[in-house]
Amino acid sequence: MPMTRTPNMVGAESQVRHSLPGQAHAATLGMWIFLVTETLFVGALFAAYLLVRTVHPQGFILGSRETDIVLGSINTAVLLTSSLAMALAVDRLRADMAGAAARWMVATALLGLVFLGIKGVEYLLDWQHGLVPGPHFRPGGDQAPGMELFFFLYFLMTGVHALHLFIGIALVAIFAVMLRHGRFGAGLSAPVENLGLYWHFVDVVWIFLFPLLYLVHRT
Amino acid sequence: MTAAPSYLSGIRRLRDWLLTRDHKRIALLYLVSITVFFFIGALAIALVRLELFTPQDDLLTAETYNKAFSVHGIIMVWFFLIPSIPATLGNFLIPLMIGARDLAFPRLNLLSWYIYTLGGAFTLYAVLAGGVDTGWTFYTPYSSFFSNTHVFAAAAGVFVVGFSSILTGLNIVVTVHTMRTRGMHWFRLPLFVWALYATSAILLLATPVLAMTLVLMAAERLFAVGIFDPVLGGDPLLFQHLFWFYSHPAVYIMILPAMGVASEVITCFSRNPIFGYRMMAYAILAIALISFMVWGHHMFVSGQSMYAGMVFSLLSFLVAIPSAVKVFNWTATLYRGEIHFDAPMIYALGFVGLFLIGGLTGLFLAALALDVHLTDTYFVVSHFHYIMVGGSVMAYIGGIHFWWPKMTGRHYPEFWARFAAILMFFGFNLTFFPQYILGYLGMPRRVHEYAPEFSVLNVLSSAGASLLAVAYVLPLFYLAWSLRKGRHASANPWRATGLEWRTSSPPPPLNFGEQLPEVSEGPYAYDPDPKHGRR
Amino acid sequence: MKWWNWFPAEASDWAGSYDTLFFFMLALSGIVAVAVISTAIGFMFRYHHRRRVHRAGTASFQRILEYSWIGIPLLLFIVVFLWAANLYADLFFPPPGAMPVYITGKQWMWKIQHANGRREYDELHVPAGRPVVLVLTSEDVIHSFSLPALRIKHDVVPGRYTRIWFQADKPGSYHLFCAEYCGVGHASMTGRLWVLPPDRFAAWLGEGETSSLAREGEALFRQHGCSGCHGANASVRAPSLEGIFGKPVALSNGTTVIADERYIRDSILLPRKEVVGGYEPIMPSFRGQLGEDEIIKLIAYVKSLSEAPPP
Repeated sequence: MPMTRTPNMVGAESQVRHSLPGQAHAATLGMWIFLVTETLFVGALFAAYLLVRTVHPQGFILGSRETDIVLGSINTAVLLTSSLAMALAVDRLRADMAGAAARWMVATALLGLVFLGIKGVEYLLDWQHGLVPGPHFRPGGDQAPGMELFFFLYFLMTGVHALHLFIGIALVAIFAVMLRHGRFGAGLSAPVENLGLYWHFVDVVWIFLFPLLYLVHRT
Repeated sequence: MTAAPSYLSGIRRLRDWLLTRDHKRIALLYLVSITVFFFIGALAIALVRLELFTPQDDLLTAETYNKAFSVHGIIMVWFFLIPSIPATLGNFLIPLMIGARDLAFPRLNLLSWYIYTLGGAFTLYAVLAGGVDTGWTFYTPYSSFFSNTHVFAAAAGVFVVGFSSILTGLNIVVTVHTMRTRGMHWFRLPLFVWALYATSAILLLATPVLAMTLVLMAAERLFAVGIFDPVLGGDPLLFQHLFWFYSHPAVYIMILPAMGVASEVITCFSRNPIFGYRMMAYAILAIALISFMVWGHHMFVSGQSMYAGMVFSLLSFLVAIPSAVKVFNWTATLYRGEIHFDAPMIYALGFVGLFLIGGLTGLFLAALALDVHLTDTYFVVSHFHYIMVGGSVMAYIGGIHFWWPKMTGRHYPEFWARFAAILMFFGFNLTFFPQYILGYLGMPRRVHEYAPEFSVLNVLSSAGASLLAVAYVLPLFYLAWSLRKGRHASANPWRATGLEWRTSSPPPPLNFGEQLPEVSEGPYAYDPDPKHGRR
Repeated sequence: MKWWNWFPAEASDWAGSYDTLFFFMLALSGIVAVAVISTAIGFMFRYHHRRRVHRAGTASFQRILEYSWIGIPLLLFIVVFLWAANLYADLFFPPPGAMPVYITGKQWMWKIQHANGRREYDELHVPAGRPVVLVLTSEDVIHSFSLPALRIKHDVVPGRYTRIWFQADKPGSYHLFCAEYCGVGHASMTGRLWVLPPDRFAAWLGEGETSSLAREGEALFRQHGCSGCHGANASVRAPSLEGIFGKPVALSNGTTVIADERYIRDSILLPRKEVVGGYEPIMPSFRGQLGEDEIIKLIAYVKSLSEAPPP
């Protein structure tokens, strides 16, 4: 391998690694590891939820009933569809159909935005119903502490989720544009595949959040 | 002397450092940053030990004292100990040791350093704006509702620097998996690499939990929602469980790399392969695994269920076994070796002795009944300082000395290095051994005034601290001196095995020449010659 | 034995057992440390690079060594673990008839209440030779009630009661410390433990306030309207509190709990949490209306409804 270097170019990936497949492999491994760390990050929240729910079962039931199950269900469908769109994008890219892949990625990002929009509407409705923890929290009575803790966890967990989704949307949009400009071909689909992994992870987290926040004891 | 290009040549502008992607330069960036933070943390504890020279509160107000020990803990844990070996020696050496030209993600590596600096900025802001007084453990509800200090800024600093750790860990794991050179099978890796690999696994799995715990605590503080406050329906013990779930593995983040350094140094200066290489590697993995299962041993008297306490106690004893194996194996490595007492070896042997004592006292704390009296006293303070300072810091400094010729191309002055090492060993014991006794006598932690009967031991401890201070400052001077005036180093001045020694000192920018080295035997192939003893 | 003067006072049998285990561990650790360090130093001297000694060959007994230095520590650790766990468990099972003392930690003092109502601050008087059970809680942050002479301590946590018991045997005056950092006054949150011979303790207990906690609790019971539902001629149907303390209660969700201090406290502050089977969840919460002191008195009153009348 020729040893060309310019004064400040030491250590760039292309000089460091032996091959492009090697880079792709490393990047994918890196993404999986990152997702493991994310699992532990939200895992702490799930642990907190578990404990607080054990201490305030009634409060959680009452709180969960105040969430909007219609909007939540629609959102779940939207996010699952967006994952489908992302998977199709990766599939098209592997088949060297960059244009189709870019279109599917745009669809993914748009569906993500729909999710965020619906979430925003939910938050607004929650605020109007006095469900935001703090001085304006309206529900009273015995179970108020449990309900307020429920909503604290609700806003924190969905908020962290929404933040991750927003980052995902931005990256998907950027990658879609780059794809249009020919930056990724069949042999270089790794970054897009890794982004797909991230997107699916965000989706999976929602699949856990939805029942815990919307479906508690809704009989 | 030599005109061959090294990674240090051609540095003219600040951007050659601040925009570098060379793992070796990034390692030096970290070296400078963590040294700065080390001395800030040391200044804080100097105030503490000065106050504790007398039983009365005659030097500092209680507020200032409480801020001093809190700042000491926060800075030393997150801005010195956790990054120390991984981000300096790990960054510098791992690619060299596995025969690669850099880490897997060089730009991510630089980003790690910037994130570290940002976290440091938040924390420094917290210190300069008036300090934080919650202790490094941030226990609620004190931290979320009662403290009037800059808790949020300090927590933000720790939150941010956590991501630096996570990215460093990610880089190391992917590098070791995907970039080993031809012939470098897993069981031919130096133990330093094993140690850093396991450390990185812990960094990746534990740090995110800390991040979320700090978010919850900060949210409680900012929005007065009581997830940890019982008045609002929450549980203070939830904080403790979440906090220690990270913080116990964190202490293994601090000790495993030091164990890696010890293995490299002891083998080299005994001219002997490590005794029981496979066991040593398995022990590293066992320590990392079990470290996640013992966090409740910090909570034996906090209201945790007695039965949970028993599980945690048993597991805490179990985690001591692989650590003990390592101590025995290091000792056995000396057997039939050719022992040289260069400064790195003095540090490494000091490490083994002090880690042994610290580890044995850990057993006292793992024993449920014994912990009841000893917890929250100076016994615990002494235990963890024996491990983290007598252990990790000595090994870190020893490693800096060992690889100094490689990193800088210069030798440090051997006399002063040995002097500092020996002074450090004695100063350390004088500082911390009396604290075991203070703890058994019942002196609680985190107090600025104490009962007069604890005087003598406190005076001894503060006296020892002044010796330690000298021992830590000395290397600053002679290492800096060596950069200009030190004897030039050859590629392998210690005649050590390891791929890092097969390239020049300092290494060229892409670590090796045209051809990457290939490996055909295990590490530590120090060759015995029965007729003449070892070379 | 003269050299015990160097060590903190040992004021109870449990402290004596503690010290036995402690010094056993110290001896064991000392032996290990000396053995390993002297071996290492021995090797360092014998195999110094300037010495001409026989160095060839590797240790042939490597496997045996490795297994034994895993196996032997493991055995020793299990022995110590069991010994210590057993001693620890002792602390959480007070004998029946143990004298309760209620301890509330707050920034930055200890409030101590005896069952007969006698109150003290930063000082704990106990009789020698009688088991005492401490019921601990905090009003604000986490503190830790530490009695080095008895070798015990326990965190006091807001929102819950923790219990630990002891029997002090050696009359004297001993340290009381706060061992969990709690803010500016942490270091000054100290006090004394007074172990008095039983007759002097009885005399001490008789001085000062004599209205018992239970009697004050009864007054609160009426003042706050509890008797309106839980009293004998109440118009509202509520569970009777006679004889319930320490016994199982069947809840409306099918589970059973023991009516202890925690249950009473939660019933007062979070009445919907554990509703007695067969009753409506209509009890209001008294959160914000009662301080920790008053809750302790109400608990003492409810306890007294389960005690046999004095002969």
